[in-house]
Amino acid sequence: MNVLMTGVGGQGIILASDVLTEVMMRYGCDVKKSEIHGMAQRGGSVMSHVRFGEHVASPLIPYGSCDIVLSFEELETARYLPYLRKDTTVIINRFRLSPPTVIAGKEAYPDITPVLREKTRDIRLVEGSALALELGNPRGVNIILLGTLSALLKPEESLWIETISDMLPVKIRAVNIEGFKRGRLLNVQ
Amino acid sequence: MKKILSGNEAVARGAFEAGVSFAAAYPGTPSTEILETIAKEYKGIHAEWAPNEKVALEVAIGASYAGARSLAVMKHVGVNVAADPLMTLPYTFIRGGIVLISADDPELFSSQNEQDNRHYARSAKIAMLEPASSEEAKDFTREAFKISEEFGTPVMVRTTTRISHSMGIVELSDPGEKKAPSLERHPSEWVMLPANARRRHPIIEERVLALKKLSNTTPMNFMEMGDIKLGIISSGVAYQYAKEAFPGASFLKLGMPYPFPDELVRAFAAKVEELWVVEELDPFMEEQVRALGIACHGKDRIPMCGELNPDIVRAAISGEPVMKPAQPVLPGRPPNMCPGCPHRAMLWSLRRNKCFIAGDIGCYTLGFLPPLDAIDTCLCMGAGINHAHGMSKVFGPGKEKIAAVIGDSTFYHSGITGLLNLAYNRGVALVVILDNRTTAMTGSQNHPGTGVTIEGQKNTTIDLEGLVRALGIEWVKTINPYDVKNARKTIKDALAHDGPSVIISKAPCVLLKSRAVPGKPLVVDQDKCTGCKVCIGLGCPAVEFGDEMAHINEVCVGCGVCADLCPQEAIGGVK
Repeated sequence: MNVLMTGVGGQGIILASDVLTEVMMRYGCDVKKSEIHGMAQRGGSVMSHVRFGEHVASPLIPYGSCDIVLSFEELETARYLPYLRKDTTVIINRFRLSPPTVIAGKEAYPDITPVLREKTRDIRLVEGSALALELGNPRGVNIILLGTLSALLKPEESLWIETISDMLPVKIRAVNIEGFKRGRLLNVQ
Repeated sequence: MKKILSGNEAVARGAFEAGVSFAAAYPGTPSTEILETIAKEYKGIHAEWAPNEKVALEVAIGASYAGARSLAVMKHVGVNVAADPLMTLPYTFIRGGIVLISADDPELFSSQNEQDNRHYARSAKIAMLEPASSEEAKDFTREAFKISEEFGTPVMVRTTTRISHSMGIVELSDPGEKKAPSLERHPSEWVMLPANARRRHPIIEERVLALKKLSNTTPMNFMEMGDIKLGIISSGVAYQYAKEAFPGASFLKLGMPYPFPDELVRAFAAKVEELWVVEELDPFMEEQVRALGIACHGKDRIPMCGELNPDIVRAAISGEPVMKPAQPVLPGRPPNMCPGCPHRAMLWSLRRNKCFIAGDIGCYTLGFLPPLDAIDTCLCMGAGINHAHGMSKVFGPGKEKIAAVIGDSTFYHSGITGLLNLAYNRGVALVVILDNRTTAMTGSQNHPGTGVTIEGQKNTTIDLEGLVRALGIEWVKTINPYDVKNARKTIKDALAHDGPSVIISKAPCVLLKSRAVPGKPLVVDQDKCTGCKVCIGLGCPAVEFGDEMAHINEVCVGCGVCADLCPQEAIGGVK
């Protein structure tokens, strides 16, 4: 199973992929994850490859073999099309962060749905950022989206919640578990 | 117990399990988290940031001479800085095991080049281990200390970004016992005068042969026989890519690629029909295969530049063109300095004063990008001051306006000698030290200028202005870069000075708690804004342009530089 998480530095993608990786290990899978740190903090694109199964060799997902894309930002979804195949499930958080050229008024924020539709039919838009605001925890969008993703994976809800409890500091634990539960129920069709 | 660790965390764990007493490093992507993990998780190991990689290796050597196991950690280009001690260290007698971690960066995710540091192992004639997973990163680090003591050699463990920053499952073992230090004298083995070094050289050559025997027999080098039509020799993360692409092929996996296991390679080559060497960057192993008179494929098909992946390896070996599926062109997100970054203000001022700006390595290198367009050179740590000096000398005083910018951490790393030279040889150039009180680019590490150690101890804080004066610079001023008017005037004065000058642009990084910004977004008075775009020229992520007008978004921290620049005085605080 290959999961690609995409978004922008500061959205908490690394933590979300850390939790996913830990859950899959506890579930009994071999698991590997790869991402690029470094300049992420400075508003750059972030992607994290998470692979799990009986045995995982490469930490990078081969092209055309991604099962699920979990995208935290709309435009970022379209940056990794080579990894998609025709039945890839693409979950897109409804959130736009304008890149510098859009901010400077040099080009428009692109409509990414046509290029995505050419690749896969299974595109699901979720209001993760809106829910995070509703819960008064805008930074919790990562765990909300992890909840949405979790509904498509085998491990039971209790394993996810137990893992989140173990990995998150006490101060932000309860609000994120709430976010996870609500995210898990988000209508993803 | 099983745990998910990054390659870097696994190296730290390996050091802990090996009974390491002392670890030193200079931060550098992708190696930084190794020392950070040691300092955070394994407090029994004394960890310290060194001002540069040469110091890191040399203090580790001191600890090793005292009988303790010691670790020096750096990114690939850091080994260039440490190359001087590295090349002579193998001549000396090794007491406590000493291991050098070199974290290479194929694809240049965060580096100025993609040199292949495996060559250093061959140059220094030391053993090199190359892990292909987090598990191996831990095990090999532990093994490296054993080899170091058993063979009396420094050992290099070479990782790459995809090993350092990938995560995988690791089986933890108990920590090893630390060796008690003791003072011994071994002058004929530690004083590398020609007469001593000459006697030590043959020992190195004998040691390489002994290590070759080890590499032919160690379980770190192993065959996995499958279909004999295709035989692949590989190491590091490239092995994982090849395994992903051709799971049924036969493999010779090398965890210890230097000294090269000749006999093992011969035996493997004899078993397979078509032999491939799959490695990132240079044909390091391939050339050694060919030197044995064995024909093989490798860099005739596999790219020399950039990182590999399973698709590149599959295409190369299958004889298909290596190509990436189509990807639409999207607006990029190049890394930028943060909103409110003090570097942005200072670079803007320098650019407006129309000088050539020799740059250096740090966040401010990003000032190269438009619209700031304010960095003219970037070569390696500490180079900018020296570029400025060399230029000033060939032009002669007063002919051209020459400046250099360098961050505080980079200045302590390798700018001090350059500034000393500028004063000594009296170059007429302005050096701006961008003192943001941290090593920002690698994630805010402390350094001698802050006086706080990685273990949280507060030692002496360097008096930067005093240091600059002590180096022989008479014209030195410390300014607040957010005060653009004063900054521009000071730059003008400095450039008019008939000798070397230094401006210390002092303001904490906006990612630090001590930052000198209000933290609240400014607003544009829409009635006053004429859409002149002066503020847009800062390239700040907080200032947007739309509907013929400037807007300030929520990432603004209120540094006020755009407000100072605005000719209409249209930008102000929250109403």
